[in-house]
Amino acid sequence: MLTKRVIVCLDVRDRKVTKGVKFEGNVDVGDPVDMGAQYSLQGADELVFYDITASAERRAIDIGMVKDIAKHVFIPFSVGGGVRNLEDMYDVLLAGAEKVSINSLAVLNPRIISDGAKAFGNQCMVLGLDAKHVGVSSAFPSGYEVVIQGGRKPMGLDAVKWAKHAEDLGIGEICLNSIDADGTREGYELTITEKIAQAVNVPVIASGGAGTPEHIRNLFAKTHADAALIASMVHFGTYTIGQIKNEMNAAGIPVRRVGAQK
Amino acid sequence: MRVPLAIVDYEAGNLTSVLNAVHFLGLEGLVTKDPKVIAHADRVIFPGVGAAKASMHVLDESGLGQAVKDAVKAKKPVLGICIGCQIILEHSEEDGGVSCLGILKGKAVRFKSEPNLKIPHMGWNQVEYSLAHPIFHGVPDSSEFYFVHSYHPLMDNASEVCASTLYGEQRFASALFRDNLVATQFHLEKSGDIGLEVLRNFCKWDGKVC
Repeated sequence: MLTKRVIVCLDVRDRKVTKGVKFEGNVDVGDPVDMGAQYSLQGADELVFYDITASAERRAIDIGMVKDIAKHVFIPFSVGGGVRNLEDMYDVLLAGAEKVSINSLAVLNPRIISDGAKAFGNQCMVLGLDAKHVGVSSAFPSGYEVVIQGGRKPMGLDAVKWAKHAEDLGIGEICLNSIDADGTREGYELTITEKIAQAVNVPVIASGGAGTPEHIRNLFAKTHADAALIASMVHFGTYTIGQIKNEMNAAGIPVRRVGAQK
Repeated sequence: MRVPLAIVDYEAGNLTSVLNAVHFLGLEGLVTKDPKVIAHADRVIFPGVGAAKASMHVLDESGLGQAVKDAVKAKKPVLGICIGCQIILEHSEEDGGVSCLGILKGKAVRFKSEPNLKIPHMGWNQVEYSLAHPIFHGVPDSSEFYFVHSYHPLMDNASEVCASTLYGEQRFASALFRDNLVATQFHLEKSGDIGLEVLRNFCKWDGKVC
């Protein structure tokens, strides 16, 4: 049976993994290559690296870092933040990443999704979708609006409608980040996660709000999400991947366990 | 010129990950587009991500397809991965259908749709052995490996299947073999420690199935 994935997210700034709360006040927590290898060893199913300042600094993703990661990490990983065009995607994939994640770029220029899917295959294309609760209205039937720039810029676009559109254009996976839950460590935003998981037929990764193994167990018990994105709960050593997976396993959620976890 | 391990580059996705994995294991590998290099190789990895039709076109034009067939005939250990596991069959249904290398009897077919079944099959799934193939030595039965694919092998001879996997209600052949040829639908280079272990086993394998 296909297992539910636990994906560790590493935000990278100046080649250091950093963790912020609600996109403010970042703390450096380690080296991306070392941390990636360590999480892989612990049993993470996948990794995501976001070059969080590439976009603001209008520069390409640090390809040297991607190459280093690929030499030491032998599980799938995706790279995002600052992908500007097809050429950037090509560079990231050629450097050894499995997938490339796009967010603002896709909202502003949806054609990049179909172009990327055609050039590299749907399975390479991940949509980062930042959603914010705005209440149900005629403009936002799902009650959630797409935002970009870390939640600062509302786009007037319904989150579920955008997810479906992106699927039609050929996106292979959607990483749904709740701006409201992000950094709170109070649990995932289950409502929008389930709405999107029900609306599309591509895998959905829930992101934002994970603080305890129970939050992850809850996510999989109550929604059809395929994967859980986690960050600070493991970066600060509060929990291990093993603890999370044991909790999932105990709750009957299909999970891949490695080495000592078995 | 002696080449311990040739990795066939037929423009089917990027081979960086396979080469990185081989290097990580402390082994030598040469990525090549040259059929002559494959002729001089002791063993061959035939990887690939992407579409069968485009891949077959390149294999035909370049002579690499024949080189892989010759390597199999010459009893060298040959490992197919992902598309490489499908292209060794007779036919693929992908893109309206395309004839493949025909080394093993069977074809690549698309997963049938089922309610709530997502295609591609992407993620970690269990690989259940039907035979103790030497490349799985030391890796427990039913371990999870990483998959990304929409088509899967459908074999004429069940005796050429060494492992299978269940996705939704569909059980499919996830590893194939015959004599010195072995192929996995899953990505050994992206399946963590156990994937590396299988790669290591392949690189030591004498091409004999006990």
